[in-house]
Amino acid sequence: MSDVSYIRRPNRVLTVYAYIFLIVLYLPVLSIPLFAFNDSIYVRFPLQGFTTQWFVQLWERESLWDALGNSLRVGFFVAALSTALGVLAARAITRTRLPGQSAIVAFVMLPIVMPGIIFGVALLVLLSRIGIPLSLYTVTLGHMIVCLPFAIATLLPRFEGFDKSMEEASADLGENGWFTFWRVTFPIVLPGIVASLLLTFTISFDEVIMAFFLTGTEPTLPMYIWSQLRFPREFPSVLALSTIILFVSFIMVFAALYIGRMGLQKNDR
Amino acid sequence: MTPSESYISIRNVGKKFGDFEAIESISMDIREGEFFSLLGASGCGKTTLLRMLAGFETPTRGDILIDGQQMNDVPPFERPVNMVFQSYAIFPHMNVRDNIGYGLRRLKLPRAKRNDMIDEMLELVQLQGYGDRRSDALSGGQRQRIALARALILKPKVLLLDEPLGALDKRLREQMQVELRRLQRSVGITFVFVTHDQEEALTLSDRIAVMSGGKVLQVDTPDGLYERPRTREVAGFIGSMNFIEGKVLSRVNGHATLGLSAFGEIQVDAKQIGFVEGEAVPLAIRPEKIELLKEPSEGAVPGSLELKSYHGERSYFQVRVDGCDDLVSVSTQNAGRAKLRALEEGAAVWLKWRDDAFIVLDKN
Repeated sequence: MSDVSYIRRPNRVLTVYAYIFLIVLYLPVLSIPLFAFNDSIYVRFPLQGFTTQWFVQLWERESLWDALGNSLRVGFFVAALSTALGVLAARAITRTRLPGQSAIVAFVMLPIVMPGIIFGVALLVLLSRIGIPLSLYTVTLGHMIVCLPFAIATLLPRFEGFDKSMEEASADLGENGWFTFWRVTFPIVLPGIVASLLLTFTISFDEVIMAFFLTGTEPTLPMYIWSQLRFPREFPSVLALSTIILFVSFIMVFAALYIGRMGLQKNDR
Repeated sequence: MTPSESYISIRNVGKKFGDFEAIESISMDIREGEFFSLLGASGCGKTTLLRMLAGFETPTRGDILIDGQQMNDVPPFERPVNMVFQSYAIFPHMNVRDNIGYGLRRLKLPRAKRNDMIDEMLELVQLQGYGDRRSDALSGGQRQRIALARALILKPKVLLLDEPLGALDKRLREQMQVELRRLQRSVGITFVFVTHDQEEALTLSDRIAVMSGGKVLQVDTPDGLYERPRTREVAGFIGSMNFIEGKVLSRVNGHATLGLSAFGEIQVDAKQIGFVEGEAVPLAIRPEKIELLKEPSEGAVPGSLELKSYHGERSYFQVRVDGCDDLVSVSTQNAGRAKLRALEEGAAVWLKWRDDAFIVLDKN
């Protein structure tokens, strides 16, 4: 007799599979930081020795800092806006009875599976028809489309997971809708909001396709990296930059997942 | 001021959810300061009625008045009522004090006054010293007390309780029943209590409305419901009951003689109800109002013991009587009745009753 239940028995095959999966997934990615510290402008083995000069070069490049600033600005706006809209949408989906609700939800979630290139071209055509010049605003708009479904997907479980009689109790104790939201709803879904902010910021920060179609004269960071790829001499510093982005993205996504789960089990007793 | 006879007035109230008629048409009055229960099986509309009193549902038709004030268009946050939710709905991000003081924000009280009120409530629900506890680290009974304190601190005209004892285990439930009754007496607030547990309703309430299928079947005191149920449905819902059909044989001077086939004849009062000779009358009798004998006796009906079951303070005997399809249920108190308990299944027994133990039900 085993002292663990049937479903919890360790499964060697699955474990091995999981490790292989992770290695295949992340080995190519790991080559980026590896070559970023390599003392050669050519990306090839054998490695030439350790250097941090590519990182130092980054530091001195004005246009890179501008691109980073652009990306941060777009990222903050996209995160704030899509999370705010996501809160409204998640609340509407969980708290009201809409006719054709599942169809609406499906359409809202569609951009997750729709190729970004289609949205990018469509938006570009639309904007040029209306005569709106391409700028960071149009990039922000494009990123909103990409990020909103992720914001909603992150927030929905928080709204579904808490008892709607909490909000009724608040109304019963004399608070109107506005105060009920700020005193009860908001604090309870706060971890979901933080998770959504981190996730949407990360997505916007890394996004290329929408930015490719919708960027005007000011490039976002991924667009800047893309433009630098034409110059072989710049390649190692692009790797250095990618290393930094990779690192920060990892931290933010993990933080988002961790915070998003925080207190979820606790709430539904 | 004398307590009002119709503190809460429910007039022809109906509620539809789409095509589903949750409540057909209810009219009743709830008195000031009484412990009033809405009793019924799940889906009978009791919770919907309670939620209409709270303002979470709007009646499709009819009027609700509380203390003479029309309530139909008043939102929940402006009604002079507070509610204890089935799930208690304790705010998980606040400690016990902040939960209890939640509704005080709008009153703009000085801090000291607020704290005094919260302390007073903590004492009332016997949670002194728990004020700074996190609310998600409390037991079911404690959460329920907080829900009560949170609602009572606003001194509502009416306290609504939606099956507040349902989630507690039996012992705690019985303890909370006593406490709830004590609390209601000491604060003197009108309680409207929703439950599906008939025993709970009988112990706690001043009056009970028995509901079924969106209708109120009978509003009465606990002993009124038990001793004088008007319909078969009410009689069957509260306690156990034997149902027997009688036939009017004759009617003389306000008395009618009913023939009960296998059970002989009985005399009943027939002053108000129009008994017509030859008419069938539905009758009911409680198991504990039938006497079980081991020997034949004058006027006793013979039968045979089919089944017996021991329930601690009482024993139940199912007796087969010739010419009657249903088994007759008889219960006896287990105080020095060891002889009856020793009866073997299949033994011959005799049943005896007083004629006035029979309840004459309304014809449906």
